[in-house]
This record gives sequence, C-alpha cells and structure tokens, in this order.
Amino acid sequence: MNSKRQRFLIKSVVFLIALSPACWLAYAAFTENLGANPIQAITWETGVWTLRFVAATLAITPLRRLTGWNWLIKCRRMLGLFAFFYGTLHFFTWSWLDQFFDWNGMVKDVLKRPYITVGFTAFVLMIPLALTSTTGWIRRLGGKRWNRLHQLIYVTAILGVIHYYWLVKADTQRPIRYGVIIGILLLARLVYTMRQKPAPARAAIVQPS
Amino acid sequence: MRIRKANDLKWSDVTPKALYVNRRQFLAVAPFMAAAAAEALSPDEARAQGGLPKLDAKKSPLSTTEPMTPYKSVTTYNNYYEFGIDKGDPAEYAKSLKTRPWTVTIDGAVKAGGKFAIDDLIKPYQLEERIYRHRCVEGWSIVVPWIGFPLGDLLKKVQPTEKAKFVEFTTLNDASQMPGVRRPVLNWPYTEGLRLDEAMHRLTLLTVGLYGEVLPNQNGAPLRLVVPWKYGFKSIKSIVRIRLVESQPHTAWNDSAPQEYGFYSNVNPTVDHPRWSQATERRIGDFFKRKTLMFNGYDEVASMYGGMDLKKNF
Repeated sequence: MNSKRQRFLIKSVVFLIALSPACWLAYAAFTENLGANPIQAITWETGVWTLRFVAATLAITPLRRLTGWNWLIKCRRMLGLFAFFYGTLHFFTWSWLDQFFDWNGMVKDVLKRPYITVGFTAFVLMIPLALTSTTGWIRRLGGKRWNRLHQLIYVTAILGVIHYYWLVKADTQRPIRYGVIIGILLLARLVYTMRQKPAPARAAIVQPS
Repeated sequence: MRIRKANDLKWSDVTPKALYVNRRQFLAVAPFMAAAAAEALSPDEARAQGGLPKLDAKKSPLSTTEPMTPYKSVTTYNNYYEFGIDKGDPAEYAKSLKTRPWTVTIDGAVKAGGKFAIDDLIKPYQLEERIYRHRCVEGWSIVVPWIGFPLGDLLKKVQPTEKAKFVEFTTLNDASQMPGVRRPVLNWPYTEGLRLDEAMHRLTLLTVGLYGEVLPNQNGAPLRLVVPWKYGFKSIKSIVRIRLVESQPHTAWNDSAPQEYGFYSNVNPTVDHPRWSQATERRIGDFFKRKTLMFNGYDEVASMYGGMDLKKNF
C-alpha cells in the first residue's frame, strides 16, 4: 500500500465517494425531488453529512491502531476537509436560504438560540483546522502544537451532536445515535492515551529501602 | 361575474409586505424558485388529484383567497408520528390505516352522547369548503381547502351539560395499523383539547376532506379537527373520541415538553418557542420567508383571549 499510484487511486476513490452526497443533493434540488420543503431538506442533509464526515475523520486513528494500516492517515485530511466542506454548505444554507444574509438577525440568533450557538461554534472551530490542514503547516507549527490545535475536532464533534439534539422536536433517537458513535470514537482515544501513560507508583515501590 | 369592491377586500388578501418589497429579488431568483417550489397546479386541476371519493361542499366566506398549496405537498409533507417521524413517512405508511368501519365515541358531560358510525355522525351536516392557512409550530405553513362542518354544530346537538368546560379529543391508537406507535416518541394515544368557547367558534372545523375529496389517510382520515389560529399539532387527526370535560385535558405535545408546547398554542409571532423564533415562517412553495401573523391572521378569535397573558398562556 505504499506506491504513489496506489495512494493516488485510493485518494481519488475516497474523494469521489465523499463528493457524491453533495452531487446527489444538487441533482435532487434541480429535479424538484427534495419534497415540499426543499430548503429544509438541504439544511438537514448538509448537517448530517457534516456530522458523518467528522465521525469518519475521528474513526481513522482508532482504525489505524487496530489494523496497523498506516496508509489510512493519508485519507484523514481529505475526510476532515470534506467535513468542513459540508459544514460550510450547511452554514451557507442557513445564512442564505434561511436568514437571507440578515446579519443582525443572524447575530441575534447565534446569541439567543443555544442550538445555533453551539452549531455556529462547532463550525467556526473547523476553520483553523481547515486552514492548517497542509503538511506545510505541520512543519510550521511543529507536530506537537499542530496535534494540540487539531484536537479541536473533538469539541466540534461534541458540539455538533448537541446542536442536533437541541433542534429536534421529539425524535432524539437520531442525535443520540450520533452521540453514541462519536462517544465511542472519543472513548477509544482516551483509552489508548491512558494506556500509554507510565505508572510512577510502581517505580517508587521498586526502589530498594 | 361578481366585481369585487374595495370593502370586499380583507387583510388576508393583502400581499405580504416582504413579498411585495422583495418582488424584484423574487424574479431574480426565479431559477431557484423552480428548484425550491413544488409544482403548482390550478385549484381545479389540484382538486382531481387524489383519486379519492369526491365530496360536495358549498363555498364559505370564511375562506382565504391566498394561493393554495399544491395537493402533492399537502399530502406528502406531514407530521403524523403514528406512521413515522419523517415528513414523507405518513404518505408512505398510512395505507395500513382502515378508515371504515370507524366509530366515534362522544361522551363526558353531554346529554345526547353515544357511539356513532362516522357516516351517521356527519350525515346531518352540510359540508363546507374552508380554505384555511395552516401553520406548523416548526415554522412552515400551507394553505389548504379543507372540507367539513363547524364542530360547534355537532357539540350543540349532543347537548353539553353545565359541567362541560373543555373538549378533549383522542386519536386512534392501534399498533397493528400504525407502525409508529411502537416507538414512544409521544405518549399514545395522541390527545388534544380546546376550551369550550374555542370548540364552539365558527372557525373550528370538524374535517372530512380536502381539495374536493375525502381526506387521504396521511392527512388524518377519516375525521380530523382543523383549528386554523393555532399551531398545527392542535388540529388532531383520525379522531375516535370526543369528550366534554370539566378540567383542562392533557395534550400530547404539552405532556411531552410542557415548557415548549402550551395548551393554547395560539399562533403568536411575539412568543418564541424556547429553542427557535416564531416571528417568521416558510410558506411551502415560497422561496422567501414571511412574517408570521398573530392568530395566523384570524383576528376574529382575539376576543376569546381578551385579558389573558398570552406569554404565560402560550
């Protein structure tokens, strides 16, 4: 799985698959196949795809650790950028088709409606991640600082689930499902990190008296 | 041809200011409108759409002259959780609903109640077509040509006693016909209620049809309520019981989230849902949003709430 050609092939396939929901959505919109409230349908679809790609991005590292497939990391940046792409579409659907760029109204909403506050925050936190997604930036910031910054994706993921949970009327099953999946993915990382820590107490006991 | 004079026009005829002011943007985004709007048929074309039994109904002066929402949208975009929680679920799954035989029980504080077969129940009444605005609490709205008769006429017939202060309604709750009730999304059976004066109001319609035909299952066949000045969830569907009671009845959404869905739930742009604004709405088929009207534009109901704090009694 190391040849340049194989990497290009894998990335192209992932790219096309990741783009297909947006293509389908655009096609459905123009052929009037989104039902009676197409703007609401677009809002919902772009929202869940953002969540799905955030989850997919979070799944890469646990999967890599489980399988030893290091090439998976090559896909992580693309998946993360697609999460940002769908998040941007979702944000623009709201700011344009719902709010008609009424900046005053939007600021009021972000401040007044908690589900919009967390949604907006989740989106804004993705911006520095998208901007620093290149290898150039890993070099510029240094691996450790870059990793720290990109841990913001954990916050985005959690806020995204809360955003979804707070906007449904009564059917909390779907947001809870995403919460469970993202919870498991974050837990997997936590467990791994805890396993990596040395045990200082043991070293002390071993000291001869 | 009846030539309309100036004093024939009502406030509901006035083009919403947002639409009028934005009419040029409206035209500029016409290509998007094609994508955003469902196909609009003329009212007469739309009337022949469902292939369901036709109903004869006289026209009513209480109808709005606003453009009606296309039949396809009205019958495929529904909240009817007994058949699934997605908007398209009722149209897909409500075929399993058996609307005959159908018995409606009228009991409680009445002198002439009983169990009635639905056809016997509605036979004495002249059906009217009422074109009403219908506003969902979620922030979208439609205009529907309902067919029914005033609930008040039925209530007068069953002779409520002095104990009757409220009317409670109950929807069918049958897991074998309604796949959605297996999930406790709401406490089944779905119940709703009105104060007696609201129930007796001439706008409150006991409804059996729409667009010139019998109600499709997903719209609450064979008998539903339409209370046009309240949020749509109060217009309870597939009624099996009407009970006159002394104290305020439990209602499904109020039980589910009392701080979000009140007993009255009058359409009110000044009282927000705790999580979202109620100041504007998306009229299905429109690209731009419009301002929500107090009491959904049915100002004649205001006198029932004189002196009431509508922020407290939301």
